[in-house]
Amino acid sequence: MGIEPATVLASKDLVGIAGLEAGEIQLLLDTAEQLLEVARRPIKKVPTLRGMTVVNLFMEPSTRTRFSFEVAEKRLSADTLNFSSSTSSVTKGETLFDTARNLMAMAPDFIVIRHPNTGAPHRLANVVTASVINAGDGSNEHPTQALLDAFTIRRHFGSLDGLTVVIAGDIRHSRVARSNALLLSKMGAKVRFAAPASLLPVQVDELKAESYLRLEPALEGADAVMMLRIQMERQKKLNFPSMREYYDFFALTPERLRLAKEGALVMHPGPMNRGVEIDSEVADGDQSVILEQVTNGVAIRMAILYLLAGGRSESAAGS
Amino acid sequence: MSRLLVRNGRVIDPVQGIDESLDILIEDGRIAKLGRNLERGADAPELDAEGLIVAPGFIDLHSHLREPGYEHKETIETGCLAAAAGGFTAVCCMANTNPVNDEPAVTRYIMEKADRAGAVKVYPIGALSKGCRGEELAEIGEMVEAGAVAISDSPNPVANSLLMRRALEYCRSFDVPMIVHPQDELLSDRGAMHEGRVSTRIGLRGMPAAAEESVVARDILLAEFTGGRLHLGHLSTAGSVAAIRAAKARGSRVTCEVSAHHFSLTDEDVAASNYDPQWKMNPPLRTDNDRQAIIEGIADGTIDAIVSDHAPHHRDEKEMDFADAPFGISALETAVSLALDRLVRPGVIDISALVRLMSATPARIVDVPGGSLAEGSPGDLTVLDPERTVTVDPASFVSKGRNTPFGGVTLQGGPAATIVGGRVVWQR
Repeated sequence: MGIEPATVLASKDLVGIAGLEAGEIQLLLDTAEQLLEVARRPIKKVPTLRGMTVVNLFMEPSTRTRFSFEVAEKRLSADTLNFSSSTSSVTKGETLFDTARNLMAMAPDFIVIRHPNTGAPHRLANVVTASVINAGDGSNEHPTQALLDAFTIRRHFGSLDGLTVVIAGDIRHSRVARSNALLLSKMGAKVRFAAPASLLPVQVDELKAESYLRLEPALEGADAVMMLRIQMERQKKLNFPSMREYYDFFALTPERLRLAKEGALVMHPGPMNRGVEIDSEVADGDQSVILEQVTNGVAIRMAILYLLAGGRSESAAGS
Repeated sequence: MSRLLVRNGRVIDPVQGIDESLDILIEDGRIAKLGRNLERGADAPELDAEGLIVAPGFIDLHSHLREPGYEHKETIETGCLAAAAGGFTAVCCMANTNPVNDEPAVTRYIMEKADRAGAVKVYPIGALSKGCRGEELAEIGEMVEAGAVAISDSPNPVANSLLMRRALEYCRSFDVPMIVHPQDELLSDRGAMHEGRVSTRIGLRGMPAAAEESVVARDILLAEFTGGRLHLGHLSTAGSVAAIRAAKARGSRVTCEVSAHHFSLTDEDVAASNYDPQWKMNPPLRTDNDRQAIIEGIADGTIDAIVSDHAPHHRDEKEMDFADAPFGISALETAVSLALDRLVRPGVIDISALVRLMSATPARIVDVPGGSLAEGSPGDLTVLDPERTVTVDPASFVSKGRNTPFGGVTLQGGPAATIVGGRVVWQR
């Protein structure tokens, strides 16, 4: 599968993997590769976005995604504004469009938005002139996470084409799983979802993934295994009975990991529930790339900002 | 004596089996005579219906007029004017106002307001349960005495099967139908659209067809068991249509309706809207397979009535994101054109069948005067122009609610005039 990298991103926004072509994904990953080097400099800053303003609008709790964006923005010399709220401003009687109009009155160049409801970034992108970057919307997409995951896998295997990637956990409510499945399949990888059917969406083939109702058969021949955080509070014990039973049947343990290919990557978007979906021995083991994912997240988000800004300087990491 | 002569229209009355060019004379609010070259008498006004279709007034079984309590969405007056502009001569309005229409004082208030609006007839629907909360029966008998023509908690489902049974039984004493919104709310799991291929693709929470169909099945069984009059509101799935078809085949008296948007749109339209809540409604837009099953049900007579399910909302409320925005569309001014364009024009049904679905059968279901042009019937007429090209323009809606997924859509056929009690209440 030969994918030619695109030269620019077609849209002003990055609201989902669904709207990206394979060539654009290739371009994003290649650009991140160049930008990774900035983090190794003594002065970790390039002037690329000097004079540009980024609003980070987080309407749902987030620590690592928000920090990752902030670090990326600061390394590109952008001015940043942060707005965090555990409840959306809808509860204060403000509509999404009001929020958009107010933001635009401050003339930002970028709006990074995380929102508890599906489609909010898409709606926002339609009514603002700024570039909108989706940092996670409802149970829909988390495109920057999928890009950093793909970037991490590609750095280990050189290419995504022909790889088999297992994603295990609460697939039904996971925007990480959805974005990853869309991205990996576009890049020629095979995606396997592993979960009890109560945690799977209907008509999984729409997401170009195969579903497995037990973890073990999914792991056979896998090149990478991505474990998702299991949240009991959200489940109200309707979707699975207990953390203990989940661990017994669906957790990634050292024994189960041996079913995958030798040297298969262990991944987790965080935050981890040690002893629930993943065993500490695996999380901290040789095959784990969980902290690399965090490092790579900054480079990917820098690449997105850089490319949406128009890729003005000759080389992404140019000083 | 007040008179109105409607001249030269193609008069359609399925009840009497009439389909021919005739004049209609209305005297003192009632149909006085049908015939050729009728004399209008001195000074009586005349409406030239040459090239138009003249039918008994269309009756909408399912509207939300929002007053009292939600006047920012719609008032009884604006709702009545919108109904007139949409070709309806009467609307049945749901009880989910604030306060809920669960006692006769509210029923009377609605009727007085409607009288003052002076456009179309309004038939209030009383709540099934106090506050539409689904816990205890509302004062059904008192409301019926005050003028309520049916009982319903719609858009709230009746989760409690025992309450459903008791309501069907209790309503028998007052001979009113129960209109239900068939939906298992727990199974719907806070969904915002139909659960299926498209919801998986676009990442919106879904509500499965089974959430509707399981309650349709339950309610049909309870109606057969209790002998109560059940009318199933706005069916949206192939399974629901099949369940009704089977029930009717074994002699069940159950009746049902569909909304115009459910035979016009599908969940693929939700995807194409890019998360625009104008496409958010309950029941949700289903698959094309469901849409086609509804059309088949209309064609073979399984479906008894076509309704608007008019659910106006304020502009601000639809400026939310998809999940936060309320369900429903402003539909009184598009339902008739959709039926003409999507059903009559392609030949799914003929105009006579449409009149049955929007006038004759609705009148029978809620047992109100009208639905026919027999002498002595109310002088309520819906005049249609089958050749009229309608481009839906929400900004020009008479309704306060401009929430529609049909903005900019061009339809063939639409209302030309609306006559209530021999008075032209709207004319193009």
